Amino acid sequence: MVGGAAGLIAWRRAEWARGLSFGLAALGAVLGGAASVLTLLAGANISWDLASGVPFLRYSFTLDPLAAFFNLALALVALAISVYSQGYVKREGAGVLGCLYNLLLLALAVVFTASNAFFFLVAWEVMALTAYGLVSFEHHHESTRDAGILFFILSHAGTACLMAGFLLLVQAAGGYDFAAFGEAGRTLSPALRDAVFLLFLAGFGVKAGVIPLHVWLPAAHPVAPSNVSALMSGIMIKTGIYGLIRVTFEFLTPPEPWWGGLILVVGIVSALLGVLYALMEHDLKRLLAYHSIENIGIILLGLGSALLFQASGHDRLAALALVAGLYHTLNHAIFKALLFLGAGAVLHSTGTRNMEEMGGLIRRMPATAFYFLIGSIAISGLPPLNGFVSEWLTYQALLAGYGTTQSLSRLMFPIAGSLLALTAALAAACFVKAFGISFLALPRSEQAAQAHEASISMRAGMFVLAAACVLLGLGATWFLPAFDPITGSLLGSTVSSDLRAGAGFVLVAGSARAGTVSPLGISGLLVALLAVPALLWLLWARRTKRSRGPVWDCGLQRVTAANEYTATAFSKPIRMIFAALYRPTREIEAEFEVSPYFPKAIRFESEIERAFEKRLYDPFEEWILALAGRFRAIQAGSIHAYLAYIFVTLILLLIFGARP
Amino acid sequence: MKQLAVASLLQLAVLLAVAPLASGIIRTLKARMQTRRGPGILQPYRDLFKLWRKNMVVPDSASWIFSVAPHVVFLTAAAVGLMIPMIAWEAPLGLFGGVLAIIYLLGLGRFFLALAGLDTGTAFGGMGSSREMTISALAEPAMMLAVFTVAIAAGSTSLTEVARSAAGQSWRFLAPSQILAFSALFIVLIAETGRIPVDNPATHLELTMIHEAMILEYSGRYLALIEWGASIKQLVLMTLLVNVFFPFGLSASWRAPALVIALGVYLVKLLALCALIVLVETTNAKLRLFRVPELLAVAFILGALALISSFLF
Repeated sequence: MVGGAAGLIAWRRAEWARGLSFGLAALGAVLGGAASVLTLLAGANISWDLASGVPFLRYSFTLDPLAAFFNLALALVALAISVYSQGYVKREGAGVLGCLYNLLLLALAVVFTASNAFFFLVAWEVMALTAYGLVSFEHHHESTRDAGILFFILSHAGTACLMAGFLLLVQAAGGYDFAAFGEAGRTLSPALRDAVFLLFLAGFGVKAGVIPLHVWLPAAHPVAPSNVSALMSGIMIKTGIYGLIRVTFEFLTPPEPWWGGLILVVGIVSALLGVLYALMEHDLKRLLAYHSIENIGIILLGLGSALLFQASGHDRLAALALVAGLYHTLNHAIFKALLFLGAGAVLHSTGTRNMEEMGGLIRRMPATAFYFLIGSIAISGLPPLNGFVSEWLTYQALLAGYGTTQSLSRLMFPIAGSLLALTAALAAACFVKAFGISFLALPRSEQAAQAHEASISMRAGMFVLAAACVLLGLGATWFLPAFDPITGSLLGSTVSSDLRAGAGFVLVAGSARAGTVSPLGISGLLVALLAVPALLWLLWARRTKRSRGPVWDCGLQRVTAANEYTATAFSKPIRMIFAALYRPTREIEAEFEVSPYFPKAIRFESEIERAFEKRLYDPFEEWILALAGRFRAIQAGSIHAYLAYIFVTLILLLIFGARP
Repeated sequence: MKQLAVASLLQLAVLLAVAPLASGIIRTLKARMQTRRGPGILQPYRDLFKLWRKNMVVPDSASWIFSVAPHVVFLTAAAVGLMIPMIAWEAPLGLFGGVLAIIYLLGLGRFFLALAGLDTGTAFGGMGSSREMTISALAEPAMMLAVFTVAIAAGSTSLTEVARSAAGQSWRFLAPSQILAFSALFIVLIAETGRIPVDNPATHLELTMIHEAMILEYSGRYLALIEWGASIKQLVLMTLLVNVFFPFGLSASWRAPALVIALGVYLVKLLALCALIVLVETTNAKLRLFRVPELLAVAFILGALALISSFLF
């Protein structure tokens, strides 16, 4: 069935028209989603195996619950993006874009369903290559090309790690089939298991964008067309999460405790630094890209705790933590895609990604603003939307973690929880900035003042995702049983029945004593309480009038857009408080004629240091370049020399191969 | 079910009625400590009533966010008030959410208020929003650590359970972890309710404002809703402090005689906490904005110590 859906996604690329390519992509998404839902409901695996002419390579698909879950997220997001793209994509180049987009969808679907290491890696590479093509789509900008190359290099470094990891497993299993890896993982020596884990963590970590392997992400996501950014941030980085789950819970069971600890630490570092860097951005799309790093970090908190619990034999808690991580994976896919689509609509309408040139868009683009607000509330983890539910589950998993061990390491859980609180609060600050500066108050530029509302298909795409944010928040308890087949197959334990109470309306953390929450109840309560101001209004305020007037301008002229707080100013307190991290530099030049107190023009420049790029990658790059310089000595460009190299290599290989 | 409805309505009534009183008591006590007469403890009621009946002016540049925000602030504060144990063990609507939901619901109110600050288009509003979001973000980890300490001791994030587990051991508040957690939460209370030394609720100088700067453009009914909401939020946080750490006097049932006694004890406890807040407010000067993170770092460290000492003892 998935093969059918995937095939559908694949072969329409022959159609060059925008309508057809994205329309069929939407259809493929619906079919793929239906297949996934059926699998999750039935709880059974669907496999499909095809031979190919290439040795070791078999086209084997397995749609097990985990794959179905990720495919479902893919289907939902792809559907919304495909509808949106009808209005978003310009006519020029739509064919190439549509072709690459469909190939990427196919590659993603195959990555999630492949059950043969060779096939998986092929799909992984196709995904990386098509994504490279999409990132470089607007290749007339130099920054786009640079971002594309950076993505290309890091992506392949990651793939190299994956290959090494898979080869170690293949050696032990004697085959490329995923089914054999679980057995093989048990027979490996402890040192080798650790090595395989670290290789996979690095390989999948690059794709997921965990710090410090994240540098490609904030460079590549903003420059891609916005519908592609949405797909990349929503789904493509989740392939890293998918891979990590597949490897740690299936191939390398039982996990070592320190793996979970490492993932927990990586997660919290990614979450915190991701949001801190996001706060400093005033490029709307790059801000969102940094938030992807943050949310990957939050997902890893759930994943890391699940591994720790499994290692210590607490299977039910592990299931709770895994559900928290997976739910956040789905939620992030949805609200991040929504936010990128919203940012795309703004970019489409104003032609800028710079928040300092937006403002007042809520009047010109009311629908887009509303959907963006929904996305902002969801990503800030505020009730009653979906982000809150998964963050709440993560907190509960972390709190429960305190009781799983008696050693000092148990303190790690509450500390991680408090840093998650800091992350979430900073994310809320960041989205007050993103929404407030871009959409509220007065327009800051001519383009913003002339902005137009997004077209109907773009609004429809955003509506689907916004509705999903609300549904997954309010109806969280109804969706939880869908996780049972996943935790059942990976951990042998199901938790959905422990997570529901009160006729299914209340979400429970394992047991009713441990804590309850009901997004639906909270929303109902908020609406019911509206009776208080309404009643008081009826009693005393019915005669009051509401008039419009200018804001307080300190007795000067009327307030203009130049008086508004800017994004840079908004994040200034954070920049000063965390100056040790950012190492901000600034430059002010004022021109004046009579006295410095009456400047004619002021130029202000402020920059922060990208610590990882500067301290980690730049020295490494220099080292590589120096090494390459050495190698140049043997690259003389003479065909005779190259023939000699080939000959020597051949001899060496023969000697090596002849050894018994 | 009927009992639940009665309990909810009762608590809502107490919440709405007592919240301005607490603000009034703090103001009067503060005036007395500064040897002023002060406006009398009923002044907040008079202010609210007057504001409620006034016409209002909405800025030209404002959008619908400006009108929605006061309602969100008020509704979230009132909703949270029903999810905490106030005069009885049981939080009437505790099933809807424990301490995590409370923190995040208050966050929702703050989110909208900060947006409203930006919505007006003045520099003051933006300045207030920026500072409010920064300070609340820094207060969050300290709050979470202190809350975790309490939640771990009770094995639950549900406040009914937390209060119940504390009940058996009336001297538990003397345990080092409880004292440290209380201190951390007290600093967070000061920061969250915008009191000296973090923010000055009585300031008239825009450049030093935090909370007041965000609501500078509000008038009439909307301003009344925000002020009322803010005082409810303050009461909720104060109630959390007194009932989680000093749970004596809470009524075990929703019957009349027990409730009246419990209400009396509750008011006395609140009065004591008000006195403590006033003491801090009058003996300290307002901190410079960039000194506030240091104060909150102290709260964070207190929270961490609370956690470690609960591990050791």
